[in-house]
Amino acid sequence: MSDISKRKLKLKVSAIKEGTVIDHIPAPFLFKVIAILGLDKIKNQITFGTNLESVKLGSKAIIKVSDKFFRNDEINKIALIAPHANLNIIKNYEVVEKKIVEIPNEIKGIVKCINPQCITNHEKVTTCFKVVATNPISLKCKYCEKLTIGEQIRIQ
Amino acid sequence: MKKDLISITDYSKEEYLKIMRLAAEFEENPDQDLLGGQVVATLFFEPSTRTRLSFETAINRLGGKIIGIADPGSSSAAKGESLHDSIRMVSQYANLIVMRHPLDGAARYAAEVSPVPVINAGDGSNQHPTQTLLDMYSILKTQGTLDNLNIFMVGDLKYGRTVHSLLMAMSAFKNPIFNFISPAELQMPNEYKIYLREKNIRYFEHREFSDIISEADIIYMTRVQKERFSDPIEYEQVKNAYVLRNAMLEKTKPNLRILHPLPRVNEIHTDVDTNEKAYYFNQALNGVYTREAIIAHTMNLK
Ligand SMILES: [Zn+2]
Repeated sequence: MSDISKRKLKLKVSAIKEGTVIDHIPAPFLFKVIAILGLDKIKNQITFGTNLESVKLGSKAIIKVSDKFFRNDEINKIALIAPHANLNIIKNYEVVEKKIVEIPNEIKGIVKCINPQCITNHEKVTTCFKVVATNPISLKCKYCEKLTIGEQIRIQ
Repeated sequence: MKKDLISITDYSKEEYLKIMRLAAEFEENPDQDLLGGQVVATLFFEPSTRTRLSFETAINRLGGKIIGIADPGSSSAAKGESLHDSIRMVSQYANLIVMRHPLDGAARYAAEVSPVPVINAGDGSNQHPTQTLLDMYSILKTQGTLDNLNIFMVGDLKYGRTVHSLLMAMSAFKNPIFNFISPAELQMPNEYKIYLREKNIRYFEHREFSDIISEADIIYMTRVQKERFSDPIEYEQVKNAYVLRNAMLEKTKPNLRILHPLPRVNEIHTDVDTNEKAYYFNQALNGVYTREAIIAHTMNLK
């Protein structure tokens, strides 16, 4: 990240000492990202900004979580709705590591199957999808074998 | 690990060939007491007399005992018991479960829940792999090979699960050519066309059911169902445009055989029935041998 954008970032949302900054979240999905990562259920200090200008996304959101470092499999869950998100790992106010989210090969839970006749929409079954394409994201249901694609993706 | 059969792609090409070989063996000698009194549950959560009779005949010929739901309306599922609980209960009584269910994906889920193997006898609009294997056996029997065949699929190619599964299974063999004949609103879904393109398999799409069938080795007919159309007038037009009549078979290849998963409505005119190229009634009988083969394979008896 350039010095200018670093400064910008500080301007918009206050800095944290230790933790993770998740940037480039599409603004409409901020609260879904919060839910998927379970940030609404933890006691850590969290600040977020939304409807920030972004060249890439139009408007973006940013989340800062103090004293929290995500495992890859945890953070990759948001790849479905925030494929351009990136992470800055902060130690002592400095960015010590940068990560981009990656779409996992398999998505367990999180997404609802588009097919109303799918068993997962009738009985308590944890959904499970194979990611068969990434642009647009195409998910193949392990149970009914139907595809849920791009815009059709609904977070449970 | 137990060998469930949920989706046609659960089997490898070697397994397809093994089932073909066993089906031929059972056709020679259908009564073999391989199950030796083991109990098979036939759980039909929706009625399908044809498939149930075929399975139950296969189980009887293998010396198995059958427990099952006779009338889905009176079953525990109708009383609100979850599929999960039904399967947990039945899997304690039976050595094998054969299941048909109206919901897509129900069979895969049942296989996860059940400690005994599950054979899918149809899950909603999703999969019906034993039908596909009996179709393959019918093709092998009539053509002497599963390689280099020109397969025509006619009618409802959008919702017809049997054509989708057959397409995937036949793609495992050498140089198939597919010809799809359907109205635009019922054409082969993109995902299957992509599947064929990725495997470099040739396919052609046609709107008209015409003399192009002179190239066919197999014509696989399907039902065009009224409920697939929002406009009833459109249905009436389509229904009559995709009917196979005896006169159309005049210039076709001598080895051509006509398959249909049955029951038919009007898509094959009764004047075809006496033509030697009509194979759909024999096809149904092949189902018993194929299902014997599948059960023997699933239970590690052959
Ligand atoms: Zn599904």
